[in-house]
Amino acid sequence: MAFGPHLILATLEGLVTSAVLALMALGLSLVFGVMRVVNVAHGEFYMLGAVLAWAIASAFGGHPSIGFLAALVISPLIVGGVALVADRLVLKRLDYNPEATIVATIGLLYILQQVALTFYGPEARPVQAPFTYRVSLPWFGYSGYKLAVIGASILLLLATWFVLSRTRIGMIMRATQYDSETAQAFGIPVGRVYTGVFAVGAMLAAVAAVLIVPISQAHYLMGRDPLLLSFIVVIIGGLGSLRGTVVAALLIGVSDGIISVFFSPTLAKIIATFVVAMVLVFRPQGLFGTAAR
Amino acid sequence: MTSSIFGKKISRRSTLKGLGAAATGIVAGPGFVRYAQAQSSAPIKIGFQAHRTGIGAAYGRWYEKTTNAAIKAINDAGGINGRMVEVIVEDDGTDPGRGAEIVGKFATQYKVDVAYGTLFSHVVIGSAPVAGEMKLPYFVVSEGHHVASTKLNRYVFQPGITDVKSQIQAMAPWISAYAGKKVTQIFPDFAFGYDHRDYLPPALKAQGADVIAQIAIPPTESSFTKYFPQIPADTDVIYHVMVGPAVLTFVKELGEFYGGSGPKLFGFIDSLEAVDINSPGLEFLNGSHFWEGAPRYAQDNDTDAMKAYRAAVGIDENGASVDDPKDVSTAAHMFGCWETLYVIKKAMENADYKGPEDRGKLVEATEALTEFAEGPEHPQGPKTFNGKIHQCFGIQNISVVEDGKLKVVHKTTIEDGLYEPEGDYTTQPL
Amino acid sequence: MTGRDGKAIALHGGVIAALFALNFVLPEYHHGVLARVLVLAVFAMGYNLLFGYAGLLSLGHAMFFAAGLYGAGLPMYHFGWGVLAAFLSGLSAATILAFVIGMLALRTKGVAFMIVTMMFAQVGYLLVYYFGSWTRGDEGLVIQQHARAIEIGATTLDLTEPTTRYMTALFLFSVVLLVTFALVRSSFGRVLIAIRENEERTRMLGYDTFANKLVAMVASGAICGAAGAAYLILFGYVGSTFASIQYSILPLLWVLLGGASTTLGPLVGTVLMFYLIDGSGDLLKTYAPGWNISHLGIVGAALIILVLFFPKGILGTIRDRWARWLP
Repeated sequence: MAFGPHLILATLEGLVTSAVLALMALGLSLVFGVMRVVNVAHGEFYMLGAVLAWAIASAFGGHPSIGFLAALVISPLIVGGVALVADRLVLKRLDYNPEATIVATIGLLYILQQVALTFYGPEARPVQAPFTYRVSLPWFGYSGYKLAVIGASILLLLATWFVLSRTRIGMIMRATQYDSETAQAFGIPVGRVYTGVFAVGAMLAAVAAVLIVPISQAHYLMGRDPLLLSFIVVIIGGLGSLRGTVVAALLIGVSDGIISVFFSPTLAKIIATFVVAMVLVFRPQGLFGTAAR
Repeated sequence: MTSSIFGKKISRRSTLKGLGAAATGIVAGPGFVRYAQAQSSAPIKIGFQAHRTGIGAAYGRWYEKTTNAAIKAINDAGGINGRMVEVIVEDDGTDPGRGAEIVGKFATQYKVDVAYGTLFSHVVIGSAPVAGEMKLPYFVVSEGHHVASTKLNRYVFQPGITDVKSQIQAMAPWISAYAGKKVTQIFPDFAFGYDHRDYLPPALKAQGADVIAQIAIPPTESSFTKYFPQIPADTDVIYHVMVGPAVLTFVKELGEFYGGSGPKLFGFIDSLEAVDINSPGLEFLNGSHFWEGAPRYAQDNDTDAMKAYRAAVGIDENGASVDDPKDVSTAAHMFGCWETLYVIKKAMENADYKGPEDRGKLVEATEALTEFAEGPEHPQGPKTFNGKIHQCFGIQNISVVEDGKLKVVHKTTIEDGLYEPEGDYTTQPL
Repeated sequence: MTGRDGKAIALHGGVIAALFALNFVLPEYHHGVLARVLVLAVFAMGYNLLFGYAGLLSLGHAMFFAAGLYGAGLPMYHFGWGVLAAFLSGLSAATILAFVIGMLALRTKGVAFMIVTMMFAQVGYLLVYYFGSWTRGDEGLVIQQHARAIEIGATTLDLTEPTTRYMTALFLFSVVLLVTFALVRSSFGRVLIAIRENEERTRMLGYDTFANKLVAMVASGAICGAAGAAYLILFGYVGSTFASIQYSILPLLWVLLGGASTTLGPLVGTVLMFYLIDGSGDLLKTYAPGWNISHLGIVGAALIILVLFFPKGILGTIRDRWARWLP
């Protein structure tokens, strides 16, 4: 294939990756920004979202879009509920101590995986896309649904941005993030804000999963690699910076697509991971973030 | 041959053998009498290292079903050397570290007679040293080339399923004759992929065809479209061996990329084991060809032995569980469990196996086996066995996806898959 | 002070003597298990030095264990190196790696340190695949039994023979236990604890905290590398699984269970975790046969319970309640 179309394809693929990654990383970043908790189980909330999407979609008959839309609404709600329980039972009791919560969320990761294996099974299962439309370009074909995923992600990101910057809830969250003790003194129920943020973070991962599941399938081990990528995005974007997260997701997603045009894919992954580690070493506030506190 | 013969015939022979074994014990001398009696009543214990959890769990579940069916058939027919067979299952989590610990547990805690059953190559290779040190015969159903490479040790056998090097080589004549001369390979960038990367090009070359591009996909990848532009435009056939849960994505994206046109497809069904071929998004596979060890779908010309085997394991004509049509089996591989258990039985009978002290004899008796005739014990087809490299060689199936089913269009011969042995286990001390 | 020293020295000597005695009384299965567990406990002790004493929580220690495994395994497999040369090679590989990673990662703190170490370990994991023609990636390599022996004059010490293997593992374990014991009671050990408790103040007092942390990192990496090299030589297999994130998390779990910043905690944690996993398999089989809970599920539950209810681990709790003298 000629170089130009090849690049177009790589960019399109990169945008799809970015779209999903941005949603997922936003959840991780929100939880880290407000609560200072690194949620290692974030990938399992994503997995749970996908697995539930399959369960919900296959419970509905009729046109595939009905099941899909139902999954898009119900699956994140259930995942949010699971996160809420996990927060109340575990994280809250640890006083959100950063290192203890990492260990606890590693534990949560394994438990969620095993629960999925027991009740969902080891198979990879697909969910039908709400519509199938193949966009024919002069050089190659492309899935219309993938383009829709990019659009849906932009809408969701805008909505999140609106809530965070233009509503009272967003203001409370930002106040808690800025200084939780003062916020407490001003009567903000910090405990409930934390629980809420943790649930919303998990829900964002679940939404990302429902969007991706018609493209790639639900599987109980699917959470691991997106988790690593989300970490990378959150670090590059600056821990806790939402705008940085979106920019970094675009950067990582698109460059992942384009790097693979030039390098051996495994080498590309090695280089990307190494560079990110070095960024964290030499510029811990990230490339776009303000200093992490 | 019918399934009733299948039960009775073996039963009688086994009982006779069992009597014979007991008689030998008594004649051998007073010291042996008590021993022979104790042995003849105690069951033969087979340690089954199963992938109940971890990445291999979908295979592991069907390996367990097949094993249970085979053991039931063997026990219903009188067991081995007149003794019942008991299977002890331990989950290895598809992890080589845990796998090695479990083989150790089989040898020293459960004191099993043989260990058996593993599929994933890294678990086999990780567990092999323990089997060698404990001198515990270890029968794997992995299809990896590791056993035949003679890099493991004298106690590891693969007598129930052809290794991947042989499978690849056997595919080459058909690919070259019916699919095309210019082949692009897409494979995962880890060991399972390396076998295909290394063995296909020379095999095709021998048939006058060429691999014109090799695309290795990293183990952590979950989307593939961005690699497709690397497929040369003059490719006749795409040879794909993706494994793991991402394979559905792979096929779907290939379909979106090419639409109705594009090169022909040839793949190993490993990619789609336990996956319904009629899953949404797999329509693109229509008309493409697959390697299958044993056919997933019931074929018109299935032998009675094959029918009996499928009934015993509990799969319907679509290769799914008779209890749940959505529960698709790993039919292309799991027959190897059934056949391996019958090889263990035969070797134990030939060795007049009595207990762990006869393990050396069992190894030699297994190495002395040369061929397995097609029949109830070997429903997938006839096989030869090379005792020097501990590997069997059988026929392979090439099937086309047609009307949402896989239909066998070509069967290779055993000779298609034979290669020069790379070593000789029998020179190693027991 | 001397009474305290006496008790501690007696305890460590007693543990080593008891492990020696176990060689003669343990049933075959548990004998084999303990040989393996002793090597893994060395891995945990290396981890504990950094995590327990210096307070640095790494999520990437699999890379040091794997450096030991591959550093020993690749020359043995490809160039036919002997056991001792291979062990030294694995040990040096891990030591050098720990120095380089320490120089970089120690510029960060807390959560960033955890993630940086995890990323470096991921790079190491992927490198195993990238050099697949040497490492055979996930499949890995087997070192033949006859190569795993030491020739001393006319006699051959077969390291695959159960008693020899057990004694070799015990020897390594004892050396590392005594070294850690001496290390944490030295002035260096006290500086590490001071850094853990309050790095800023330690620096104010005139200590070069970076240099001290780097030494801890290198020592920790070297010990984990020694464990990796010994694991390869005694058990004969190396594959990419040992470089995966799972093997960064296991030593953390063992140390947490046994008690961080106790010299014997890693051993206690490794032994208990092994039997917890091994026993839970049997229990699940009996009482919940339809459930697919792997050992990782048990690991997960153990992590949460520990961190919630016993953050100091078993020996840490004993030290707090009953035995203040426990090192």
